[in-house]
Amino acid sequence: MNLLFILFFPLLIGAYLLIAKPKHAFIISLSATILEAIATGFLLYKINETLLPITFIQDWIPEVGIQFSLKADGISGILIGLCALLLPFIIGSTAKTEKANHAQYQGLMLLMQSAMMGAFLAKDAFLFYFFFEASLLPIYFLASKFGGENKSAITFKFLLYTIFGSLFLFIGLIFVYLRTPGATHSADIETLYLTARNLSAESQGYLFMAFFIAFAIKMPIFPFHTWQPDTYTTSPSQGTMLLSGIMLKMGTYGVIRLIIPMFPLGIGIWGNTAIVLSIIGVIYGSIIAIQQKDAKRLLAYSSFAHVGLISAGMLTQSFDGIQGALYQMLSHGINVIGLFFVIEIIERRTKSRELAQLGGITQSSYALTVCFIILSLGSVALPLTNGFIGEFILLKSIFDYSLILGVVAGITIILGAVYTLRLIQKTMFGNVSRITTEFSKLTLEEKMVLIPLSIFVLLGGIFPNAILHFSEESVSQITQLLK
Amino acid sequence: MTAIIALSLFGISNLFWGFWFPRKVLQILTLLFLAVGIGLTAMDWNHELLWFGNMFRTTNTSINFSLIIQLAAFLVVALSRGFGSDDEHTHPAEYYAILLFSVVGAILMVSFDHMIMLFVGLEILSVAMYVLTGSDKRNLKSNEAALKYFLMGAFATGILLFGITLVYGATRSFYISNLANIIAATAPESMPSFLYIGVLLMLIGLLFKVSAAPFHFWTPDVYDGAPTIFTMFMSTVVKTAGFAALYHILSGVFGGIYSTWVLTIYFISMLTLIIGNVTATYQQSVKRMLAYSSISHAGYMLMTVSAMQSSSTSTVLYYSLSYTLATVAAFAVLILVSEYQTGRKEKPEDYSSFEGLAINNPGLAFCFTISLLSLAGIPLTAGFWGKFFIFSDSFNRNIIYPVILAILMSAVGIYYYFKGIIAMYFKNGDIEKIEVPILFKIALWFCTIATLVLGVYPNLVKSLF
Repeated sequence: MNLLFILFFPLLIGAYLLIAKPKHAFIISLSATILEAIATGFLLYKINETLLPITFIQDWIPEVGIQFSLKADGISGILIGLCALLLPFIIGSTAKTEKANHAQYQGLMLLMQSAMMGAFLAKDAFLFYFFFEASLLPIYFLASKFGGENKSAITFKFLLYTIFGSLFLFIGLIFVYLRTPGATHSADIETLYLTARNLSAESQGYLFMAFFIAFAIKMPIFPFHTWQPDTYTTSPSQGTMLLSGIMLKMGTYGVIRLIIPMFPLGIGIWGNTAIVLSIIGVIYGSIIAIQQKDAKRLLAYSSFAHVGLISAGMLTQSFDGIQGALYQMLSHGINVIGLFFVIEIIERRTKSRELAQLGGITQSSYALTVCFIILSLGSVALPLTNGFIGEFILLKSIFDYSLILGVVAGITIILGAVYTLRLIQKTMFGNVSRITTEFSKLTLEEKMVLIPLSIFVLLGGIFPNAILHFSEESVSQITQLLK
Repeated sequence: MTAIIALSLFGISNLFWGFWFPRKVLQILTLLFLAVGIGLTAMDWNHELLWFGNMFRTTNTSINFSLIIQLAAFLVVALSRGFGSDDEHTHPAEYYAILLFSVVGAILMVSFDHMIMLFVGLEILSVAMYVLTGSDKRNLKSNEAALKYFLMGAFATGILLFGITLVYGATRSFYISNLANIIAATAPESMPSFLYIGVLLMLIGLLFKVSAAPFHFWTPDVYDGAPTIFTMFMSTVVKTAGFAALYHILSGVFGGIYSTWVLTIYFISMLTLIIGNVTATYQQSVKRMLAYSSISHAGYMLMTVSAMQSSSTSTVLYYSLSYTLATVAAFAVLILVSEYQTGRKEKPEDYSSFEGLAINNPGLAFCFTISLLSLAGIPLTAGFWGKFFIFSDSFNRNIIYPVILAILMSAVGIYYYFKGIIAMYFKNGDIEKIEVPILFKIALWFCTIATLVLGVYPNLVKSLF
């Protein structure tokens, strides 16, 4: 029951906000997401106690063997935890702006949460696809209704690009599903594992490509990333946070949940190419990020670089790679929404994101600087921050896989430090510019968002074991399949 | 079966009610008649019977198709608003009567067990449609459309008839069940070769009616020229009936010589998908876009027809239903918007007429969005499952390349369907609140909610089919 509550509660509140358009949308959506986070926390606590997955199974379309089945195990648990944890902060970041009581804006974010929860919880492959696609609609409306410059064309490109990718996933899924045993077939993910693994290497190769294109566009991986910087830049901040903080994890989650257990032979053929592409993305994204003039765009490219490393790590198919990827998904989500929020705070006060026009903010707002530095250091992967644990395990798995690739991917640490420190320096330090002279201090609402996020960064860096332990069991089940 | 007799009688009586009753009453009467028709059809459920000298067979499949057709007709009548208020130039009694007659024709087309019955049904339906297409007498485009439709349609019917003759010559039977037995019992080599010519000619005749490429050239002009309410009728009832007939013939009769026609259908479906979708992206007018989209949907449906799986019947039914609901809703909103924009804009049916619709008419914009999403096959809507069933049937038959093409074309489809959504939500316009009559509102919301419900829980009807 708890699973159903987690899945449908945001949907109901979101629908209520969209239809009834109540005046106090902010307080409704904030309390809804907090309640959701509590419910999710309770669920995760139960899973953590027993280390057994919690499932819910109900017939959906019995004629074709499709079930409405949900399952929360160690892997899904981390992602629903991320989704439930971040939403209160994302909604909290709208406090006291004109968007706070905009019922449509809040409602769409809640719908988005519901769809993403569904994708992370789905046990049936078509249910996963259903939510995977459905989550596009709220974010599309959010970005193209409330976005910035040239939003219509950019978000449309984003929509077409991602749907085009998911359609490949769709045929791939149907292809495997039709080969499952039984008169009505079955789309249960675990049945698909068994079926897909028995396919010939050639079929697995094609299927790997079909699935990987869909997820690679979502993440995005080089060279499928061209929608990403524009979309991140033009979306409203909360849209960008949703996209980068949670939605791209649907792509990485898809790789762990579907591709790795399903197509071991397919990865044998294409895995190396995919890893190389991911690492190209890491380096390429970092180099472009160094040259950006727009702070939000810089973060967009940095997110592109980070996700490349996650993808490379998990595609090594090692226990460490997958564990590191999961941990890094969590920390990347926390860091990136904090960073995007800092940029939004700066933009609110100065109406600018241009690095050249900013500087010296530390003189007027010390708290902002401290939070920003903690979050950035998390993103740089300094020891004692959450980013360090994730990147370290990821890099170790890549080194185990191939020394050369490991060395190349390792450059990311240096490049990451370059663009992040440049971002800090150009905004926080240096001379006070014309527009930052009257920079006002952080408000209470802004502190309420930034300080907890910064604490999470440190906590994640100091006590990683709780989370690593949480996902251990499920990840080893997946790696067992590979032997 | 009783439904046919009842609807014909109702149609004739409708002509007389026109003398006494105003148009609003006629509309209610026609709705009542159709409701009776639906009830009578449903009563035959699970009674497989032969009628009219064994020429007409009611099976559960044919009943399902008849119900979809009558549901579509019911929705069209509910959305017709008595055909305006121009007493001098519109004749509601006649229109309603002709609609009822064409429904009779459509029911014949889905339940025939004899080739002549197919022909009669097709003619009843087509002649009615020629008249309705030209019903806007003072509009040149409507006249042109009617003449075009009539000339092309007459040719197509002739070709169909020619095909029937050749098939009869080869097998000496008009009865579907006999034909199937004869074809199954005879070795392909000993069949006279003109049987195959006959099959192809019959296919051409029917493919014309469902506007598959390369027999689609009439579709955009006719859909564009006809009054929108009749376009709605054409693109739902005629299409469903045409596909039911095509499917009935191909699976029921010529299933035994599958290999001779399947390549033709493959290519036609691929061509239809390409032409329908690619041309739709160039359209400025929403009405023409919907015309091309109806061509592209014919392409998807042909894929199922050629897959010939045990589940294909239910797939065709499900797809027809989801397509009907979405198309009716899309045309309904188009009617309201283009009526509002007439006089305000030069071309009231263009995308630009929809700009800013969501500001003061969120309900209409929502209905239009859901119908477009369903046509595009996005999850949460009935269209998604329709596509899913089609792709899964085709894959089961190892039809790989057409499916990949269909996937690419779905992505193209998203482009032109979303253009409408973008115009409504993200462009600025000055559309005021549009008044919607109550019956119209109910029908429109029925389609929208049904699309959503079937999108979330397709089993609701899938278990019936």
